[in-house]
Amino acid sequence: MTWVEVNAAPELIHTPPLRLKQKSADRTALNTDMYCLLKCSPLILAVAVCHGWLFGDFVGKQKELDEISLWPLPQKFQSSAVAFKLSPGSFQIVHAKQSSAGPSCSILVNAFRRYFEYMFGDLKKHEKSRKKVYDSDLAELQVWITSADPECDGYPSLQADESYELSVDEPSAVLKAANVWGALRGLETFSQLVYRDDYGANNINKTDISDFPRFAHRGILLDSSRHFLPLKVILANLEAMAMNKFNVFHWHIVDDPSFPYMSRTFPDLSQKGAYHPFTHVYTPSDVKMVIEFARMRGIRVIPEFDTPGHTQSWGNGIKNLLTPCYSGSSPSGTFGPVNPILNSSYDFMTQFFKEISTVFPDAYIHLGGDEVDFSCWKSNPDIKKFMVQQGFGTDYSKLESFYIQRLLDIVAATKKGYMVWQEVFDNGVKLKADTQIHVWKERPQYQDEMAKVTAAGFNALLSTPWYLNRISYGQDWVNIYKADPQNFTGTDAQKKLVIGGEACLWGEYVDATNLTPRLWPRASAVAERLWSDKSVTDVGNAYKRLVQHRCRMVKRGIPAEPLFVGHCRQEYMGL
Amino acid sequence: MQTIQEIDHVTQAEPMRLTALLVTCHMTRVLTVSALVYCHFIVQTSSPTALKLTEVCSSMAHTGTHSQPVRSCLLLVVVSVCVQQVHGVWPLPQQLHQSADRGCLSPQRFSFTYGRDSAAQTGCSVLDAAFKRYFSIIFPDFTKGSENRLQYVWSEPQPFVVSVSVKTGGCDGYPDEDSDESYNLSVSEGQAVLRSVTVWGALRGLESFSQLVYQDDYGSYFINKTEIVDFPRFAFRGLLLDTSRHYLPLHAILKTLDAMAYSKFNVFHWHIVDDPSFPYQSRTFPDLSNKGAFHPFTHIYTQSDVMRVIEHARMRGIRVVPEFDSPGHTQSWGKGQPGLLTPCYKGGVPSGSFGPVDPTIDTTYKFMESLLKEVKFVFPDSYVHLGGDEVSFACWQSNPNVRKFMEKMGFGKDFTKLESFYMESIMNMTAALNRTSIVWQDVFDYHERIPQDTVLEIWKGEKYQAELSRMTQAGHRVLLSAPWYINHISYGQDWRNSYAVQPQNFSGTEEQKKLVIGGEVAMWGEYVDATNLTPRLWPRACAAAERLWSNEEKTLNADLAFPRLEEFRCELLRRGIQAEPLFVGHCKHEYDGL
Repeated sequence: MTWVEVNAAPELIHTPPLRLKQKSADRTALNTDMYCLLKCSPLILAVAVCHGWLFGDFVGKQKELDEISLWPLPQKFQSSAVAFKLSPGSFQIVHAKQSSAGPSCSILVNAFRRYFEYMFGDLKKHEKSRKKVYDSDLAELQVWITSADPECDGYPSLQADESYELSVDEPSAVLKAANVWGALRGLETFSQLVYRDDYGANNINKTDISDFPRFAHRGILLDSSRHFLPLKVILANLEAMAMNKFNVFHWHIVDDPSFPYMSRTFPDLSQKGAYHPFTHVYTPSDVKMVIEFARMRGIRVIPEFDTPGHTQSWGNGIKNLLTPCYSGSSPSGTFGPVNPILNSSYDFMTQFFKEISTVFPDAYIHLGGDEVDFSCWKSNPDIKKFMVQQGFGTDYSKLESFYIQRLLDIVAATKKGYMVWQEVFDNGVKLKADTQIHVWKERPQYQDEMAKVTAAGFNALLSTPWYLNRISYGQDWVNIYKADPQNFTGTDAQKKLVIGGEACLWGEYVDATNLTPRLWPRASAVAERLWSDKSVTDVGNAYKRLVQHRCRMVKRGIPAEPLFVGHCRQEYMGL
Repeated sequence: MQTIQEIDHVTQAEPMRLTALLVTCHMTRVLTVSALVYCHFIVQTSSPTALKLTEVCSSMAHTGTHSQPVRSCLLLVVVSVCVQQVHGVWPLPQQLHQSADRGCLSPQRFSFTYGRDSAAQTGCSVLDAAFKRYFSIIFPDFTKGSENRLQYVWSEPQPFVVSVSVKTGGCDGYPDEDSDESYNLSVSEGQAVLRSVTVWGALRGLESFSQLVYQDDYGSYFINKTEIVDFPRFAFRGLLLDTSRHYLPLHAILKTLDAMAYSKFNVFHWHIVDDPSFPYQSRTFPDLSNKGAFHPFTHIYTQSDVMRVIEHARMRGIRVVPEFDSPGHTQSWGKGQPGLLTPCYKGGVPSGSFGPVDPTIDTTYKFMESLLKEVKFVFPDSYVHLGGDEVSFACWQSNPNVRKFMEKMGFGKDFTKLESFYMESIMNMTAALNRTSIVWQDVFDYHERIPQDTVLEIWKGEKYQAELSRMTQAGHRVLLSAPWYINHISYGQDWRNSYAVQPQNFSGTEEQKKLVIGGEVAMWGEYVDATNLTPRLWPRACAAAERLWSNEEKTLNADLAFPRLEEFRCELLRRGIQAEPLFVGHCKHEYDGL
């Protein structure tokens, strides 16, 4: 009675007999230390994984290497079957002597505690074992920040150096990074290397890793306008993002349906535009908390205030901001996009973005600019008059550009950079050289658009294949995984202008009830595409690692949904 | 839709007699003077708000709740300002008459009692527990000690008594296929009278009652004068969960049972074992789960777990029908029961892999008999689901012993005959145990001569109408599941497809139509576990719930159902069920878990 739909990736379903076969085939390699250099061939890791099952057969010293499932896969990775015990009672994460960061570095201190808990569970559980001290094979992880300024109090940025080197060997493991941002990524990797054997003991294998991201901008878009997302959900997803080495939270905070952002300058925006003025808003301290929570995890927060379209909810709080639509010769009572012909609109935007530029520390703001519906503008006699005056004829995209141009100048005056949806570029608006063009449309093909944007010399961000709100039955992560932002015809210089991409979870059908399982682990596929080397494309290998990675997220309290039939040692216990 | 028609009626009866304001307030059933003043206040002092609400409202009217947009708009404006919109009931009762009069409920002076003529009285386990449960559902804030807010500004709290009378007792029994779930509910000033034949009917009535109560913005509780005559369209309204492809922790199952009761589902079809794992801990064959579960201790259902599920379900008037699917879908059985599965052959020698249950040897039937005896002992319901679907013949074909057996039995090369032979034995075994078998449609498709009282379940997507005709023509009772495989997801409002299903819309006589005893929503487990089960199930399953309970003619229009379902979804959230949104919007109480 149940359809078996495995067309997407039939090779993914490893049947038990097949697995047994692999075991016996690898038996010969048992006693040699297996070093696998991953960059050569992802297959080698697969072999290493099989190897893990092999060890599982032996009763004495069990090593479940198949639990070592790094996600996203590091750039350079060497691991051996030599395993060290980690004792929660004595193992420590410490600042290296040579490190420029110390106990006052709150980002690191917090991260040490967080990752200790991920690896060993609740600290309180270990009170007992802490008393009866037994030795760790591996005594400590030393975190060594090499640059003079560790950036402990800073914010991550597009230029942040996220590279790190990790060496796990007796008696100490060493994590080396230029600053805290790289250290955070390395700590995540270190925590993923730790695995528990069947006796409950924690192990880590001798490992050398040298890692850095392929793209600098690796984002997740959440939409808190179509449905309000309680703070808790946003924070949980920032946690999950850090587990996947995402580094940008694109906060599509307002849109047509509601305006939950509580503005200090214009309190009426949320007072009248939110679903509820008290329960469905983000107060300034909420926003601060999100930004700080994200900073602690090396994640940038880029807010999007989309105009001139997608602004119905703005009109509730700001009189005369939106264009009155006409039906025949009289106002119909409905409103269209921001009214681009009134100075008051620009005065408002100036004040509003002045606030935004101080509230959000990131150097970039997303200005939207997508899907402007011209029918209301067309109906309005004042707009029509203005079109004639300006010599725009009947080309309303010129009017849109006129608005955007002025908006960009306003925002540029706040010293912020900006991101815009691709329409702004398509319409030929004059843009600052460092503008980031966000590609989202399915037509024309995104490959063509990426080529066009980069040929014009702009930075490009890809989202088209990663609209994760669109769901279908089966393992749709495979297609998500296969998309590559640099897969277009263009020069090397053009390819370099691709700064990354974003997984988008638009909110039509998503709220706190289903957001997290819908996003994870599907977004993890995007995470690996944006972090790991271009050559990491083996879906079968990715499947095995991703199954483990999703169980790891579940264990850490993230209700990430299953990829296919199977189980996690520790199932989700929330609900 | 009864409620809307009633509102129309009021509108027509009193056209423009008063000022617009008074009319609107009047129509919103705000009959106390103080509330009138409140309405007046809103409209007069904050006209921009009123204007805005008019817009809100016109969009509401646009969703199709009303045939007269303008007037309904005016109406709805004030409904949403002065009081909350009168709450609907999901699934829609067979007959529902609501009037403008409303009464206040106060948790301090609210009580459930047994009617004097009721066969059940205090001590009735099912209803005592239900009273307690529904009290907390109706007054969720009460236990949190926040009840002394601005609730009693207008008046002293009045007592409100819900008197429940059932004709027959049976408080310690189990619901079954013949349980009468009908009830009558009459809500008037200060009291509600709920009458039913059985305690199961009383449970359905209590659920409807709880959905009629609403809260205004000040936290006061209200209920309108209401008359309901209600009964289910179909006796079998099931929901399938698959605990083999992914293990579902007990609390996920219990939570699902809660939500089922809110939608008036009455059968939990527990697809408890399958190829991937065998989580049922058998008392007779403990190795089945010891070796066949994902983990022998953490990923199993112990006997006490099963008892707990059955009791939790009983308390909510829900039957638990277990499925032990064979001869296919049994890979996990083989691990703990050597010799049960057919060894597959490759080139004259056993290949090491196994196929379906081996139907050629006696030990198989002895095993199945012992297992079914245990199932009869553990699961009180008179139905057992025997599966019988998707049997792959390749392994049987490869096995020389099976081929020999085929020859001996004169089956030729037709392996469907072998499957039928096996299923017939199992069905007879089940009948001998005094249990009714349910089997998947495959069994009928291969073999039309099957015991007459066997219930057939349709799961194959295409042409299920034709299958309904054939099966009912052969005189079998039928369950429909094919259009309700809601593990299949797609982007957008796919609940509308579930809602559009018409289970009796096939060519056949009236007698044939009556053989359709109901249907099931199926949530297969390939891509579902505790992380995503609840939001994937609810409110999507609610669409089938209404189709199976309500009058089809009154519930054919999905646009009309939409606002009611949206409201019901928010109600599910308020009750702690993680039901996903239908579309853009919000609930007063959002889900605050993770």
